[in-house]
Amino acid sequence: MGALSHIRVLDLSDEKGQMCGKYLAQLGAEVIKIEPPRGDAARQKGPYLRDQPGPEKSLTWLGYNANKKSITLNIENPLGQQLLKRLVQKTDLVIESFIPGYLAGLGLDYDSLRPINPRLVLTSITPFGQTGPYAQYKASDLTITAMSGFMFTCGEADRPPVRISIEQAYTAAGVQAATASLLALYSCSQINEGQHVDVAIRECLPTGGFEIFFWDSEGYIGERLGARRRRANVYLRDLWPCKDGYIGWRLMTGALGAPTLYTLIEWMDSEGLAGELKGVQWEKIDMTQVTQEQMERWESIIIPFLKQYTKAEIYKVALEKSMMMAPSYNARELLDYQQLIERGFWVPVNYEHLNATITHPGAFCKMSESPPVSPQKAPLIGENNLEILIDELGLSGPDLVSLREQGII
Amino acid sequence: MGESPLKDIRIADFSWSVVGPSITTFFSYYGAEVVKVESIHTPEVTRRSAPFKDNLVGIDRSLVFPTLNTNKYSICLNLKHPGGREIALKLAKWADIIVQSATDNTLEKLRLNYEDFKTVKKSIIVLNTTSQGQIGPNSNHPGYGDAAVAMAGFPEVTGWPDREPSLPPGAYTDSVTPWFGALAIMAALEFRNRTGKGQHIDLSQLEAGAHMLAPAFLVYSANHVVPMRNGNRSASGAPHGVYRCLGDNRWCAIAVTSEDEWKAFCRALGEPRWTKDPKFVTQYSRKKNEDELDDLVESWTASVTPEEALQKLQAAGVASGIVKNIRDLHNDAQLNHRGHFQKVKHPEVGEYTVELPPARFSQSAVEVRQPAPRLGEHTEYVCCSLLGISAEEFVRLHSEGIFE
Repeated sequence: MGALSHIRVLDLSDEKGQMCGKYLAQLGAEVIKIEPPRGDAARQKGPYLRDQPGPEKSLTWLGYNANKKSITLNIENPLGQQLLKRLVQKTDLVIESFIPGYLAGLGLDYDSLRPINPRLVLTSITPFGQTGPYAQYKASDLTITAMSGFMFTCGEADRPPVRISIEQAYTAAGVQAATASLLALYSCSQINEGQHVDVAIRECLPTGGFEIFFWDSEGYIGERLGARRRRANVYLRDLWPCKDGYIGWRLMTGALGAPTLYTLIEWMDSEGLAGELKGVQWEKIDMTQVTQEQMERWESIIIPFLKQYTKAEIYKVALEKSMMMAPSYNARELLDYQQLIERGFWVPVNYEHLNATITHPGAFCKMSESPPVSPQKAPLIGENNLEILIDELGLSGPDLVSLREQGII
Repeated sequence: MGESPLKDIRIADFSWSVVGPSITTFFSYYGAEVVKVESIHTPEVTRRSAPFKDNLVGIDRSLVFPTLNTNKYSICLNLKHPGGREIALKLAKWADIIVQSATDNTLEKLRLNYEDFKTVKKSIIVLNTTSQGQIGPNSNHPGYGDAAVAMAGFPEVTGWPDREPSLPPGAYTDSVTPWFGALAIMAALEFRNRTGKGQHIDLSQLEAGAHMLAPAFLVYSANHVVPMRNGNRSASGAPHGVYRCLGDNRWCAIAVTSEDEWKAFCRALGEPRWTKDPKFVTQYSRKKNEDELDDLVESWTASVTPEEALQKLQAAGVASGIVKNIRDLHNDAQLNHRGHFQKVKHPEVGEYTVELPPARFSQSAVEVRQPAPRLGEHTEYVCCSLLGISAEEFVRLHSEGIFE
């Protein structure tokens, strides 16, 4: 049983807020997705299972709505609003990601819901926050990432800044909005009062690398360095090419970096390929004194050596000899990585109606007393209408038919 | 603004570097009292990281350390000394939450793991965060941020398809993992509130990173396609990219993902003739001719500043933005409206900047109470005022070298 098994969440959000409820569900909360009668717009986002578009087949939607329930409700209709308000009475947390002002227009904003349930927490997840000059800006993952500062230093100097190709902004926001929601619920346990939580998605992304310190100290604005990082006066690689891809490794001197260098150079030397690297006293070299030319000379010796070996071969030696190197994996390789398999990180989820088994990442951490809930399949549109609307709100079968005919569910 | 929600929560922070300290700083903003356990013999790595104030190296002069450790007390403790371990257990008794970032090997050697802490405080919550988690065949492999970034799969999906991978800014898993750590601890607090039980949390930086790429694994598992880097493009539509604007290294981002947005985009540009070309009239044709489309879009953006582009595009209702650098962010009207950047005064470093967490609460306050501590600044305060050690006892322990 998860830590939050006593908490009920209504999730009114679209793709911008869906990860918040997903993580709360994984921690044991009962999360009910409230979809418009035709389904959440985020169900129309590719890629799809077997590349066949359809509201039940969006792979991002399945991933980010695992463990939730779904009911349909047209909240623009007065009757739909009434039903929502009845649900809100028995709810701890509402998550929404509409344009600021939209819920107020429907009489469903925090101030309107508070009288119904004074302990309610309402978490709003929007690109720039509820108020202020950018509050109404149209935005997407790409534009939010651009505005956040996380992109300016990503990519290569001769090309435009780039984002990570797997969208980050809404996931970053979901995790942090979940934490903020729990803070508000914790506060409610102290002061017996709910509140409105206003999360700005842009502020959920890091503002960049570590430039904030360099800006403070020397007014330095970060550069786009591709696979390299700046350290003191040199641009050094953090990714090194090998036979079948790349290795993550920071060439560091001094006490921290020397052991890895000695081990690597011993290996190179056993093949007569260590060149001028042999005999260097790495722990005595001060990185701030290394020049770019020197670094590139070292690289020109190391890279041809690494290129003889695969990621797996290099990582095997790294594990045996405690070298601080790691393979740069793609999705397929990480799914096959023994450490994650043995930790039970990957969980196959059966989608019977789609005739497919799809592997999801499991819990984001291990908790000894309240283990997170294993991923379960994301719901169909309105899959839990009967359970919630009839069993819980006491509507009758004919009520449901009538609501459906009016386009409310 | 009301109260700080965590004003009764106490945290003993044995972690170091970026991930653990970021988690405890986060909680300090909401009122938690945090004691950072350090040592003179192996000072916190971020105390030794450039940049230093006025380029003068000194243990209290790094600008990296303060932003990660604002609001905390610092106590120096030699954990290898039995007396140091005693104090650590006293801290555990005082605390609600302990944060660590050490491999099992290390914690067993020190005899300071969850089981040890539990003997003095049953309801203690202990989070330990390491590169690959506390159990599993490779859990003791030494790691640092960028190695976890590579393993989780970020480089393969970052950059240009015709070039080698790019790295995301910073050590991205060091940014990501604290978000998940804070969430896990809040859930554990909620659980303790209800049941009285504490627990142990094992947080792998690799797994936190993998969660940020979740769709990639679903896509491979379902369709046997390995997602790769594709610049700024999107399957959802075009134009979708970052375009050069007037000025040096100035760029705007534009995301058109529906027919309505395309029409709005054409309006914003004043309906130039090329937008009527059959090559661009449907989503499908725009995706097919995307290289040519991007050149034409850039021929417009290159004639305006990113601010002008943003103003025109937003007025028409097109998702768009400016690629902001750190200077732009400090001048950002919206961030200033929300009080995102706060200045803190530090006795050695002078004024430095912290960023507040991304949520604003109608009832709960965010607190920037005190600057990051100097090394061991609060050793006596913590021992005598928080842990109730007498002045005589403190002097005796001090002479034994426990507070080093």
